[in-house]
Amino acid sequence: MMPGKLIAVEGLDGSGKSTQIHLVHQWLQGLRCGVFFTEWNSSELVKGATRKAKRRQLLTPLTFSLIHATDLSDRYERQILPILKGGHIVLCDRYIFTPFARDEVRGCNPQWLRRMYGFARIPDITFYFRLPLETALGRILEGRPKLKYFEAGMDLGLSPDITESFRLFQGRVMDRYERMAKEFKFTVVDATRPIHQQQEQVRKIIAQKIDLAAFHQRGLL
Amino acid sequence: MTAKSCYHQPPPGVDLGKLAGLLIVVEGPDCSGRSTHIGLLAQWLEQQGHAVAQVGLKRSELVGDELESAKEGNVLSPRTMSLFYATDFYDQFENRIIPALRSGYVVLADRYIFTLMARDIVRGAEPEWLDSLYSMALVPDAVYSFMVSSRTLVERTLKSRALMDYWESGMDLGLSRDWFDSFIAYQRRIRIEFRRLQGKYNFETVNANRSIKAIQEDLKGRIQAVVDRTIQH
Repeated sequence: MMPGKLIAVEGLDGSGKSTQIHLVHQWLQGLRCGVFFTEWNSSELVKGATRKAKRRQLLTPLTFSLIHATDLSDRYERQILPILKGGHIVLCDRYIFTPFARDEVRGCNPQWLRRMYGFARIPDITFYFRLPLETALGRILEGRPKLKYFEAGMDLGLSPDITESFRLFQGRVMDRYERMAKEFKFTVVDATRPIHQQQEQVRKIIAQKIDLAAFHQRGLL
Repeated sequence: MTAKSCYHQPPPGVDLGKLAGLLIVVEGPDCSGRSTHIGLLAQWLEQQGHAVAQVGLKRSELVGDELESAKEGNVLSPRTMSLFYATDFYDQFENRIIPALRSGYVVLADRYIFTLMARDIVRGAEPEWLDSLYSMALVPDAVYSFMVSSRTLVERTLKSRALMDYWESGMDLGLSRDWFDSFIAYQRRIRIEFRRLQGKYNFETVNANRSIKAIQEDLKGRIQAVVDRTIQH
């Protein structure tokens, strides 16, 4: 029995998904729902190894993929699953679709990826924040010009120029997201609209699909 | 030189085209004599003029240390440990095994994916999930699985360390609170799993209850045949 609900947000860097999930978190807390937030690549145990590996650029596409799967597995077992079993809502900033997109771009077999992550249940709602590639690139390249090696897909050797590599990499990642939208029934949000309008839409969809009253925590707060 | 292949497909970006060396795997529980024999084999092969590289588990630059401390802390679930070990394995696979084979080395692996699989299956992992996880591993030129009776194993364990090992006794499985009983029960399960894997992955067994000399002679004979068959002189 898994009485909880799982909501994930996915999209390109710069799509605004973290802002949106943060606002959802605030909203659900305001409604006194039992709600927890978890983000990609944050398990304490694996984080040290991942950081070291990325700094020293020790990762191949395969070990990059495996180390992130180890991270999710740890969080899944010790955080996500217990919360779901306890009958609460889990909000995931990036979930299995991030590695499905990125690792496939890095050359991993999509079927292999899906099997490896087979332990992770498909979210009740996956919001995909869609926006034109140029807009996403513009937001990132404008606000945070210091790109990281793996984030820019430099390991793929697409271009010796980090900004150009980032552009090409993001384009390919976007392509994978678009293909997955149907496969995994993403709820697509137009991420070019004003933040509050997107949030309104997101909240409406959550309220439609999840009986929020069932998650009210009376007396706990 | 024989064409090498992976169980399903090679890791992204890895070209198997020119792997000249030999991959020889020794599997078996702790204290079954694996490392002793690998040491002797390395010496023997080098005396014959073959360059030898030795690899094992938990030795990756990437996560070797982290894996060791996770093991001590005993906080990761079996599946997370599986993935952590797989990361360690593939890091060494891509960065040590493949380059060594490309340079024509005889690679002696002190355990390979089969130990990892057996340990995980005993802890509840689905065999199909593991088959897929390790499907990018190279099919070795030979796999020798050391089979030792539980009784001999306990004696050797106590003789060499005077202490039972938590993991090798399967204490995390809760089979028994008695270390001896747990060790016997755990090693039996591992053996059963190894037999199943043996059929599936086609490897040879070695009766490791015998003397070091007898086992070594046996191994040399078998490996010589593999060398003659595959390495051009």
